Amino acid sequence: MTLTDERRPTPAAPPADPATLKAATAKKRKKRRALFKRDRTLLIMVLPALLLTALFAYVPIVGNAIAFQDYSPYVGAFENPWVGFANFERVLADEAFWSAVRNTLTITAFQLVFFFPVPIMLAILLQGLLSPRVRSLFQSIVYLPHFLSWVIVISIFQQILGGAGLLNQFLRDNGIEAVNLMTQPDTFLILVTSQALWKDAGWGIIVFLAALSAIDPSQYEAAAMDGAGRLKRMWHITLPALRPIIILLLILRLGDSLTVGFEQLLLQRDAVGAGAAEVLDTFVYYSGIQNGDWSYAAAAGLIKGVISVILVLGANKLAHLFGEAGVYQKS
Amino acid sequence: MSITTKPRDSARSRPPRVIRPAWEEPRAPLEAGARGIVLFGMAALIVIPLYIVVLTSFSSQATITAAGGMVMVPGELTFSAYEQILSGGVVTRAVMVSVGITAVGTLISLVVSVMAAYGLSRPGSYAHRPILFFLLITMFFGAGMIPSYLLVSNLGLINSYWSLILPSCISVFNIFLMRGFFMGIDQSIIDSARIDGAGDWRILTKMVLPMSRSVITVIGLFYGVGYWNAFFNATLYINDSEKLPLQVILRSYVLQGVSVPGQVSVGSGEVATLAVQMAVVIIALVPVLIVYPFLQKHISSGVMIGAVKG
Repeated sequence: MTLTDERRPTPAAPPADPATLKAATAKKRKKRRALFKRDRTLLIMVLPALLLTALFAYVPIVGNAIAFQDYSPYVGAFENPWVGFANFERVLADEAFWSAVRNTLTITAFQLVFFFPVPIMLAILLQGLLSPRVRSLFQSIVYLPHFLSWVIVISIFQQILGGAGLLNQFLRDNGIEAVNLMTQPDTFLILVTSQALWKDAGWGIIVFLAALSAIDPSQYEAAAMDGAGRLKRMWHITLPALRPIIILLLILRLGDSLTVGFEQLLLQRDAVGAGAAEVLDTFVYYSGIQNGDWSYAAAAGLIKGVISVILVLGANKLAHLFGEAGVYQKS
Repeated sequence: MSITTKPRDSARSRPPRVIRPAWEEPRAPLEAGARGIVLFGMAALIVIPLYIVVLTSFSSQATITAAGGMVMVPGELTFSAYEQILSGGVVTRAVMVSVGITAVGTLISLVVSVMAAYGLSRPGSYAHRPILFFLLITMFFGAGMIPSYLLVSNLGLINSYWSLILPSCISVFNIFLMRGFFMGIDQSIIDSARIDGAGDWRILTKMVLPMSRSVITVIGLFYGVGYWNAFFNATLYINDSEKLPLQVILRSYVLQGVSVPGQVSVGSGEVATLAVQMAVVIIALVPVLIVYPFLQKHISSGVMIGAVKG
């Protein structure tokens, strides 16, 4: 990565003579200094954002060093004994950690099948069916839950499916034994996914609608003229138009495999129990913040973080292999 | 633009009804019906629970007892639940805390983001590429919860409202979104202002900001909703129960079954606990509902569509 802008013309042929070379670098330096002086105001404007990012995004990375220490909050930062990989060995030997890994991956896989395709199907259903007015009303309704906090969403689910909720009122009135779905480990996977669907499936259609609106209607007309029916047109025009965005979102989701709705899970982990509802993030939270085993939790968090970065990079590589643009460009 | 609508250039102010293009085969009634049911069902699944929560929060003790819990059919309506929680006490204080954090936080986030976005939007400016890279990288990894907590703790921000603002103050995504918008502004206008002697501050406040009102509104609303909805950072960083924001209070009353204070005090016996709980849900939800139409307007006007398209 070079510091100067690529649009600036570079000197044509590199001068061979060391004296001219020196003069050239001196000239370059002078130019950069002038540029710095010119853009001083711009740099001052960027400074607050830079400082906040450096402090709250980069400094904690260094703070991960405590994963290699036996950290105690009562001792100065550099006086904690270094223990090498002992914390990692403890984490990897911990059955609770592996249970959290299993739960995380199960939820990710389940949602990949039962959540991921829903916005695509909804967008296709919505496309071109309703009058613009009904369409925008529908969009207003289904986007709304995205902006509600997880606390509100789970509170609402609690009132519908919980022990004293609407469902059980109905069951009791009809003489059927009540069942509290909010504390059932067996059905928790379905519960978590339905909550995610309720909150975000509607919002998810927005990207697909954007992609659909970019399709030239005359393509459909031409296909219809050539005798393609409704399904054929969907298969040969609509789905190919959505392909890049589907692949992009799929990759992002795969790269994020180890993260499943942290707040959502944290809010329900106590009610359902660690057996079904402990995921990697809540595992880190409970072992570190709640139990005070700082180094241990930091080690678990670091394992998750490193694997996540590898997954993101790997998923992006995969996208390039498939000839898609991917999340970021190589350049 | 959906494929079945006519272009908007007709003089009529009402959007046209669905007009099927000549080449499209008529829809089978069964298929149209099935589509309608799926979409209507989806909307109903969202609206009905919200309706029940609102209704219960306005219902009297007698109505709630008669319904055996959540109320679906309007009975006796009362404001007493709202009167109780908004007449001082824990919920009132939590509302104030949340309002304050949302207001101050949104302002700081917007100012920092706008400045950064503008500072990075001038073509060929000093070191803009490494700075962009420095910011962008943070979108691909998080440092982890434990080191972040220890940092905030070492900065002495535990139990400070700043712990709810500073660590989550800027979103790199929002900065990039705004930067993209600023870069789309006609460069020649800015150049001519510069020739007339305007500095960057002047150009930003007098020219770029007025031209970017919609994108700034949307991003401000996103920041605002984010601060208002934030719950986890407060459980991490705030131990002092007097400083807890509304979402944490909501969690303890509705999800953790902590009894709402004032419930046993003399004179409030007729207010149903359930109504009070639902009233807290509604109070946590109302500000989002208020700003939602503005958000919705800008989402449909294409700002966000452009953003998600990249």
